Amino acid sequence: MESKFIELFKEVLEKEEQEMNLSDKFREYEEWDSLAFLSTIAMLDEEYEIIIDTDEFKKIETVGELLDEVKARLSK
Amino acid sequence: MAFQHFKNIKIQGFAACVPKNIESNENLELLGNPDQIKNFIKSTGIKQRHTVTGTSIRTSDMCLASAEKLIEELNWDKSEIDCLIFVSQTGDYIFPATSCILQNKLGLSNDCFTLDISLGCSGWIHGMATIAGLIQNGGFKKGILLVGDTSTMTKSPYDKSSYPLFGDAGTATAIEYVNGADGIKVHTSTDGKGHEAIIIPDGGFRNFYSKDSETYSVDEDGNKRNRLQTFMDGAAVFTFGITKAPRSVMGLAKEYNINLDEVDQFVFHQANKFMLEKIVRKLKIPSEKVPYSLNEYGNTSCSSIPLTIVSRLSEQVKNEKLKIMTCAFGVGLSWGSIYFETTDIVCPKVIMI
Repeated sequence: MESKFIELFKEVLEKEEQEMNLSDKFREYEEWDSLAFLSTIAMLDEEYEIIIDTDEFKKIETVGELLDEVKARLSK
Repeated sequence: MAFQHFKNIKIQGFAACVPKNIESNENLELLGNPDQIKNFIKSTGIKQRHTVTGTSIRTSDMCLASAEKLIEELNWDKSEIDCLIFVSQTGDYIFPATSCILQNKLGLSNDCFTLDISLGCSGWIHGMATIAGLIQNGGFKKGILLVGDTSTMTKSPYDKSSYPLFGDAGTATAIEYVNGADGIKVHTSTDGKGHEAIIIPDGGFRNFYSKDSETYSVDEDGNKRNRLQTFMDGAAVFTFGITKAPRSVMGLAKEYNINLDEVDQFVFHQANKFMLEKIVRKLKIPSEKVPYSLNEYGNTSCSSIPLTIVSRLSEQVKNEKLKIMTCAFGVGLSWGSIYFETTDIVCPKVIMI
C-alpha cells in the first residue's frame, strides 16, 4: 500500500527519479503547483475512488499524512 | 437520478457566432514567463479565445446573429416560431428578460412564449430539457433555444485562474415537433451546496452594488479581483467535474440502454483539456470520438456544446446519421447529459461578427 502510494504520488509530481519520504512536506516540492494539486485529486479519485474536499486537503501537510488519510477513508 | 425521455421532438439545426476579435494566450503576460505560458497551454489546451473585449458586442447580439442565420437556412416562417428560450449569465439587463428583447429583434410573433434561464456551463442541457418539454405535446410546433455568454466580461484581467480560460459566444438550436421522433434522453442534476464555487458575489440583490464592490483584493495565489467579477474555486470545480460528469453519462446510458461503444461523438463541455481528458479516461471512451473546440475558442460557458458541434462536426451532422452524447457541468452547481441521434441537420459555419 505504502510503496504503491509513493509510486503514484511520485508519478503525479513527475518526481520518479527522486526520493520521497513520508515526512516530506509536499507543498515544499519544487514540482508542487496548482496543476500538481489537481493531478493529485484526480489520482486519488482514479486509484482509490476517494475525493478529499479542498478545505480538508489544505490541512494535510506531509506525504505520510496524506497516506494516512487515504488509509482511513479506505477502511470506512 | 432525474431522467427524462422527451419524444416527438427533433433537433433541426445548430448555429453559432463568436466575435472576430481574438485574444491569444501565447503572449499573455498574466500567465508568467514563456515556460509557464507553454505549460498553461499544454495543460489547458487553450491557445486563444474569441472575445468581445473592446467591442460593443453582447451575448444577445451573437445569439441574434445565430438565430437569423439558422432560421434562414431552415427556411422557417418566423410567424410559426412558438417559443424562444434564452439561457445565459450575461443577459442585456437585470430586467427586462433578454428573451423578450430577442423576440422583438427577431421579428417573432406576439404569440411567442419567451423565457430566460440563468445558468452557465450546464445551460444548453437544461435549456434543451425545458424547450423539449414545451414542444413534446405538440401545442408548440417550433422552438428556438438561444444559449450564450460573454464570460470574459465577468473576469478580472488580473486573475490567471479564470481570465485566460474563457471565450465568448452565442448560439442557436432549432427544435421542432415531429410525431414519432425519438427525441432526446436527458439526465439533469443540481447541487446548490456548491453555489459559492463559482460566483460573482456583488451586484445582484443579495449583496447589492456598493462602493466596496469595486475594491480589488488579492488571493493567496496572487490573483486580483473585485466583488463584481467571477470568483472560481478551480480545485473544487475540477473535483466536481471529474466525478459528476462520468456518473451522469454512465447513468443516462444505463437508464436507456445506450451502448456507449456505439456512440459516434461525445460532445462535452469545453472546460479545459486537462479536466476533459480525466473525464474521457474515466469513461473509457476513445479520444478520437471526443471533439475539442477549446484550442480555438476557450471555455465558452453554455455555448460550448453547440459551438463544438458547429465548429468541429458540421459536415458530419449535415450528411450522416450520428449518435451523439453530450454532457456539461458548472456554475450552480448544475450538470447533466443529453443523448440524441441526428438526421438531416442544418448546420451553417461559425459566424463571426
